[in-house]
Amino acid sequence: MISLNINQKDYQVDADPDMPLLWAIRDLAGLTGTKFGCGVAQCGACVVHLNGEAVRSCVTKVSRAAGQKIVTIEGLSQNNDHRLQIAWNEANVPQCGYCHSGQIMSAAVLLRENPNPTDEDIDMAMSGNICRCGTYLRIRKAIHLAAEMQRKESSSR
Amino acid sequence: MSAQNISRRNFIRSSGLAGAALYLGFYLPAAAKESQIVSGNAAENGGIELNAWIRIGADGKVTLTDHRAEMGQGSYQSVPQIIAEELEVNMADVNIIFGQGSQTKYGSQITGGSSTISSSYKKLLQLSATARQMLITAAAAKWAVPASECYAESGSVIHKPSGKKFHYGELVADASKLEPPKDVVLKKRSEYKIIGKPMHRRDTPLKTNGTAIFGIDKRVDGMLFATVERNPRLRGKVKSFDDTGARKVPGVKHVFKVQMPVFNTIREGVAVVATSTWAALKGRRALKIEWDDTGFEHVNTPDIYKKHEELLKTQEGLSLSKQGDPDAVLNGASKKIDVIYQTPYEAHAAMEPLNCAAWYQVDKIEVWGPIQAPDWVQGDLAKQYKLKPEQVTVNMTFLGGGFGRKAFLDYPAEAVIISKEINAPVLVVWTREDDITQGPFRAGMSYRFEGAIENDGIAAIKVRAAGQNIEHWNGPDRGKPNDSISEGFLKPYLKNIKNVSIADVPYEMPVPNMWWRSVYASTNGFAYESFMDEMAHAAGADPLEFRRKYLQGDESCQALIDKLEEVSGWKSREPNGGYGVSITECFGSNVGQVVKVSKSDSRRLNIDHVWAVMDCGWYVNPDIIRAQVEGSIVMALGAATTHEITFKDGMVEQKNFYAYKMPRINDIPPIEVHIMENTSDATGVGEPGLPPFSAALTNAIFDLTGKRIRKLPFDLGAVV
Repeated sequence: MISLNINQKDYQVDADPDMPLLWAIRDLAGLTGTKFGCGVAQCGACVVHLNGEAVRSCVTKVSRAAGQKIVTIEGLSQNNDHRLQIAWNEANVPQCGYCHSGQIMSAAVLLRENPNPTDEDIDMAMSGNICRCGTYLRIRKAIHLAAEMQRKESSSR
Repeated sequence: MSAQNISRRNFIRSSGLAGAALYLGFYLPAAAKESQIVSGNAAENGGIELNAWIRIGADGKVTLTDHRAEMGQGSYQSVPQIIAEELEVNMADVNIIFGQGSQTKYGSQITGGSSTISSSYKKLLQLSATARQMLITAAAAKWAVPASECYAESGSVIHKPSGKKFHYGELVADASKLEPPKDVVLKKRSEYKIIGKPMHRRDTPLKTNGTAIFGIDKRVDGMLFATVERNPRLRGKVKSFDDTGARKVPGVKHVFKVQMPVFNTIREGVAVVATSTWAALKGRRALKIEWDDTGFEHVNTPDIYKKHEELLKTQEGLSLSKQGDPDAVLNGASKKIDVIYQTPYEAHAAMEPLNCAAWYQVDKIEVWGPIQAPDWVQGDLAKQYKLKPEQVTVNMTFLGGGFGRKAFLDYPAEAVIISKEINAPVLVVWTREDDITQGPFRAGMSYRFEGAIENDGIAAIKVRAAGQNIEHWNGPDRGKPNDSISEGFLKPYLKNIKNVSIADVPYEMPVPNMWWRSVYASTNGFAYESFMDEMAHAAGADPLEFRRKYLQGDESCQALIDKLEEVSGWKSREPNGGYGVSITECFGSNVGQVVKVSKSDSRRLNIDHVWAVMDCGWYVNPDIIRAQVEGSIVMALGAATTHEITFKDGMVEQKNFYAYKMPRINDIPPIEVHIMENTSDATGVGEPGLPPFSAALTNAIFDLTGKRIRKLPFDLGAVV
């Protein structure tokens, strides 16, 4: 048994130590918001936060995540009110929607590290996430929107 | 009681929709051409199974059905948006559910051919207006006032003179007893409050917090996870396999051979079933399989195109269409062009790899999955297992992309085979490698275009195309030409060019093909519109003016060209400023695009801007349309510049995204989409934005550099 802390909740999972965190989250903890896209860290659909850092859960062994703080898309906010979720809705970003858990989890780390990202900063941070529907321009727009919301929140504090 | 009555009752019970409610749907009598509208009540008495899009409960809750797959194109928003308009309910107040597969309830459900709106909007408007009228009639009867004094708004009927109001929920019991009126009046477009508005998609919140359920997310009690090692050469048999290692992996429950019909061939593989996807994958890795592909041609990509060229140089092919005498004109012409264009094989590579959940239980089968054609899957499984269609339940989940691949029947069928073998519900997951290497693929094509120029204009065009014919996987008739080889080419050109012939030079290959977003137009568009550009250049004409001239007499094409010229600043561009244009037709919609390119300091070619004008006639949600065109352009950019499927010794060389390279956020140029406003009927949206792009790009490169690109994909970094 391996104990995992996902979205501030403890799970005991019966996993091989070499099982990728992705499958432990999806098949054993039953949280399906984190997606399988490529299995080889090429597409970013499986991005989750491990101790606040964006990691590709398809190539992160579950043993490495044991006892650490894991956040998945389900844990990003309580009421779909994270500024990125609001911005994604505002810019009508998703089409099929499959890649967007990973897109948003990557963007969340970017916004924390860089509250004023330029287009180039966004491209740099987000180029590990593939979107086959081609929503990239809207992803960029939504990140700018979220950054603006974040700036307004911090200036009104 | 008739059998139909029992089935109707079962339908109500199993859907959980019993109780006082108004259903409206289309009953399609087998012999009738036109569907007729029936209410739930009439249907019950008549013993008919309904195809309800609208359900209004006594509690006033409105549930609207999306009968088509939601694979990104927005049916989950746009179908209800149509219904809500004529029904007079607010989008924010309705629930949306997916319809299960049923040809008898919904008519065709195939999400393909960009047909979700174009093929169903008229009947959805009619159906919704009929429901509204019945609710008004019921309210007027309750108040004992003329129906003409009542109107519907926001889910209520209001008596105008008195201001009295009934919520729809209070009216459904009475309304469902009424005969549906045949003379409802539909709103004018100018009266629309919901249609034509760029409303936010209702599925966005679900797709940003992890709650949208895709096929791969479906869970059923007792479900096991499976993966299949399939023949890497797409054909042939499992000669033998050793599962000793696989069975030692903790969690692995079953290992067995699977035979899967793919079109008219059999694909064999070995399935590993386990308690988690990972255990199944680990077990699969431990398998030792010997394949027997006797008789299968081990194809190599260079040979495919060499063969195409040989055929195009030596054969006339099967004539698809001919007007005038292009051969005679070409023979006597002093100025001629004779060129070959080539396009690659492509995989669909939707972000959600293929998968399907199934539960076979002898007298019933239930399937859940990312399925583009649930009615086809239902029919296929009923036939295979000799069941009645109502014994086969096909549930659509959200689709993580489809692009044509998920309209294919193999992966649900395979999931049922595996469930039957293990006698338990199962989720079969394809890896990315399976998804990319197993096909079916978009066929790679070669085209030979010959053109004669006289008096600075087109005297004759002769087109020959060589490439696999998708139809041959279903129909054995080799004597017919592939009738898709002119898809994409604007039909009005044929009115203004006297001598034109288009022929298919048959080419066969043992690799399965399938529709890929915009189908043959996705590759034809490049050839036809590159050639039109070459002809314009040879005639010394402005490429846009040249097209305008050969599309004269067609008002919608002329209006589209005017718009494209205006938004792209075409007239004020610098000579050889790197502008290219291309216009194609796909599923009834004309789309024109202008691409602007430039050289950067690093000598890499930049795509500075893309202007697109879409003419899809009547439309629902302009922002969804813009998104579809943006996405189509990105997909076309990938097929033109970053990825292709190649074969070596009968196997696909690209296994995953490190070799089958997708465009990424830093590759995307600014894209500006304009929608034509007119009174034409609705035509396609999801695909027509794709075909013109690659030619607009290569025509722009020619304008800037004088270099003509005739083979896709090409490397943007190696052009200049």
